[in-house]
Amino acid sequence: MEAGMVTPAPALVRFSGIQKTYDGEHLVVKNLDLDIRKGEFITLLGPSGSGKTTTLMMLAGFEVPTHGEIYLAGRPIKNMPPHKRDIGMVFQNYALFPHLTIAENIAFPLSVRKTNKADVQERVGSALRMIKMENLAHRRPGQLSGGQQQRVALARALVFNPQLVLMDEPLGALDKRLREQMQLEIKQLHETMGITVVYVTHDQSEALTMSDRIAVFNDGIVQQIDKPDALYEHPVNSFVAHFIGENNVLAGTVETVDKDYCRVALAGGGTVTARAVNVSGAGASTSLSVRPERIAIVPEGTSSDGPNRLPAKVQNTIYLGDHALAVLDVSGNAEFMVKLQPGAHDSLTHGANVSVTFRPEDCLALDPV
Amino acid sequence: MTEASLTGANASTEVPLKRRLRRAERTRQVKALALVLPLLVFLLFTFAGPIAGMLWRAVDDREVRQVLPQTVAALASWDGKDLPDEETFAALASDILAARTSGTIAIAAKRLNYALNGFRTILTSTARNLKAAPERGTAKETLGKINPAWRERATWTTIRDASGPVTGFYLLAALDLVRNVDGAIVAAPPDQAIYRSLFTRTFIISLSVTALCLILGFPVAYLLATLPPGRSNLLMIFVLLPFWTSLLVRTCAWIVLLQSKGVVNDSLHWLGIIDEPLRLIYNRFGVCVAMTHVLLPFMILPLYSSMKAISPAYMRAAASLGAPPVTAFLRIYLPQTLPGIGAGSLLVFILALGYYITPALVGGAADQMISYFIALYTTETANWGLASALGAVLLLATLLLALVYGKLVQGQQVTGGMKN
Repeated sequence: MEAGMVTPAPALVRFSGIQKTYDGEHLVVKNLDLDIRKGEFITLLGPSGSGKTTTLMMLAGFEVPTHGEIYLAGRPIKNMPPHKRDIGMVFQNYALFPHLTIAENIAFPLSVRKTNKADVQERVGSALRMIKMENLAHRRPGQLSGGQQQRVALARALVFNPQLVLMDEPLGALDKRLREQMQLEIKQLHETMGITVVYVTHDQSEALTMSDRIAVFNDGIVQQIDKPDALYEHPVNSFVAHFIGENNVLAGTVETVDKDYCRVALAGGGTVTARAVNVSGAGASTSLSVRPERIAIVPEGTSSDGPNRLPAKVQNTIYLGDHALAVLDVSGNAEFMVKLQPGAHDSLTHGANVSVTFRPEDCLALDPV
Repeated sequence: MTEASLTGANASTEVPLKRRLRRAERTRQVKALALVLPLLVFLLFTFAGPIAGMLWRAVDDREVRQVLPQTVAALASWDGKDLPDEETFAALASDILAARTSGTIAIAAKRLNYALNGFRTILTSTARNLKAAPERGTAKETLGKINPAWRERATWTTIRDASGPVTGFYLLAALDLVRNVDGAIVAAPPDQAIYRSLFTRTFIISLSVTALCLILGFPVAYLLATLPPGRSNLLMIFVLLPFWTSLLVRTCAWIVLLQSKGVVNDSLHWLGIIDEPLRLIYNRFGVCVAMTHVLLPFMILPLYSSMKAISPAYMRAAASLGAPPVTAFLRIYLPQTLPGIGAGSLLVFILALGYYITPALVGGAADQMISYFIALYTTETANWGLASALGAVLLLATLLLALVYGKLVQGQQVTGGMKN
C-alpha cells in the first residue's frame, strides 16, 4: 500500500488504538492507528461525521481520546493541555482575534512565549512579507477579505515554528477560484518551510492537489492511507473508489477467480473480466468500479479487442469545455458516465445503441455497495 | 452618437432622479415616524415634560416677587452697600400690609427662610406688629423698631437675591454653596453643607453595588453563555426571577433574612459561629446586599449577550498558539467582553444612583442616598426648588457619565468590528 516510500522518515505523530465516543454509545473514531511522518503533508479526507475532525481535535488537544494514546515526537500527549503541545492550528473560520490588529494577531503566539520585542518585530515582519501583507499590518481582521484573513491565520500558525501545523477545512469559506489559489500557496509554504501539515477536508480535489498522503475516513475508520495517485488507481474498497474521483458502479456476482483477476456476471446481464481487489471468492456479490476516462465507446457492429464489451444506450451528452461526458445506460446503471474528447459527443445521438469497452485492469471488483 | 445621447440622457435625468429618490425616501420616513409617534407623544408627556418642569423648578424663583412686588422693584436700584433708602422701607411696609390682607405672607416667608434662617419670624412678626402704613418718612424707623433685623444689610440682600424671576440659589445649595452678603459665591456653613457628602455617598454606594454586580455577575454570565442551551435556559430563568417579583417584596425578604433575629443570624448562631447577632441590616452592608440582588440581572444580561457573541474558536485558537488558560482569558476573552462590562456597569450604576425604596427600608440614617432627600423635600417640606436642584445635579452627573461611556464605546466600534 505504501510502496512508494523508499526511506520512511520517523513518525512525528502516532495514533495508537485511538477510540473516541461522545455519548458512550457510538464510537466517532473506532480504533485509529495512524503514523504521520516528519515533513509530510497528510490530509484526513472524508464525509462529514466520518471522524476526521474529531481526530484532528484530539491531536490539537481540544478533545480527549476515550481510549488509546497519541504520541508527538515520541512523547505521549493524551493528557497534555493544548497550549503545551507546540502545534499551530488554522481554523475553519480563521478565528483571528477581532480586537487585535493583524500584526498583533501574528505576534500573539510569540508574545505568550515571552519572546523579546525586537525578535517579535522581526519575525512578524517576515511573516507579513511571506503573506505579502506588510501594508495591512495595522488593520483589524474585520477590515480584511476572507482570503486575506486566511493568509493571516496561516502566518499566525506558522510564525512560532511549531513542530506540527493542523488545518481544519481552512479554505471552506472561500470561493472556488480563491480556494484553488490558496491551495497552491499552502502547498508552496509547506515545501519551502519543510513543515509537517495535517489537513482536514471533505473536498477530494483539494486533498489530491495538496497532499503527500491522504487518509480516507468513513464511519470512524481509516479506509485507506496512500499517496493521491495510489488512492485513485488502487482503491481498496468501494467507498474509496467512490469518494475519490468519478466512478461507475456495476453490480454483479463473481463466477470464477483466477489469481489477480476474476470473471463477474453482471446483475443487468453480460459478463466482464475485472481485477479482483476486494472479493471473497466465487459466488460472492461484488461492485465493479470503472473510471469514466478509462472507457471507450465503439459503434455497434464494429469489433474490439479485449474481453470487456457491454451494450449501451446513449441517454444524454454533456459538454464541459475541456471535455465532454456521455451518460449511458449500461447493464441496468442508467447513469454510466464516459469521458470523451470535446467534440466527440456530437456523433452520439440520444437513444442510439452503442457498446462500451474497457480493459480488465481498469475494472476493479470491490466489496458490494 | 449613441454614446453622446446616453451621457446626455444621464445628465438630464440626474436631478429628477435625485428628487424621485427623496420623494420615495420621504414616504418611508413619514411611515416610520407614524410608527414611533404614539410612543413619542407618550414620552413627551410623561418623560420630557416632567423633566423640563423639574429643571425649571430648580431655577424658578417668583414667590417673593409675587408677594412683595414693590419691594422687589425698589431693591432693583439698590447698590447693596448700605441699607436701602426710605422709599424701599415704605414699599416693604406697603407690600406686607397688602400680603397680610391677601394671606400670602407665608409664601414669601417660607422662601426667604430657606436663604436666611429666622426670616420667617422677621416677616411674620413685622406683619403682626405693623398696624398701618407708617407716616411718610418714618418707614425705616418704624420697621426697625418692630424688628431690628431690618437694620441689617443681610436681611435686605436676602430679599434682593430672592427677587427672581430665576435664581441659582437652589442649584448652589445643592452643591453646598451660597452667596454671601456681597453676592460672591462661597462655601455654605458646615452645618448646612450636607449635599456634597450626600452625592459622594450616593456615588460610593452605587460604585460598590456596580462592582459587586460585576464580580458576581461575570461568572454567571460566562456560565450562561457556555452551557448547553437546555441548562442555560434554566439558569436564565433563575437570573430573571428577581424581575418577576416586586421590588418591595424582595427588599422586605432581605429584612426577614438579615435582621438580628433573622434567618442568617439564627443559622450562624445555631452553627456556633457567632455568639452575638451580627448587624447585617440598617447599615451599608444591608443596602449593598439588597441593591446588588435587585440589580444583578441588569449586569448579567448585557454581559451574557456580549459573551454569547464570542466564538469558542477564539479560546481554542489562543490555546493552540500557546496561551495558557489564564493568559488566553485575560488577553483574548476579557477584552472582547469589555463592551458588555461597560454597558452592564453603566446600567447598574445609573439605576443605583436613583435608588430610594431599598436604602430607605434596609439602610440606616447614614446610608440614605440622594433620592431619599429629593423625596423628603418634595413630600415632607415641599421645598420643590431644592428637590429639583438636587435632581438636576444628579441628572447632569448621570448624563455626563453616559456621554463618556458613549464616547468610549464609539471609539471601540470604529476600530473593533468583527466579521466571523
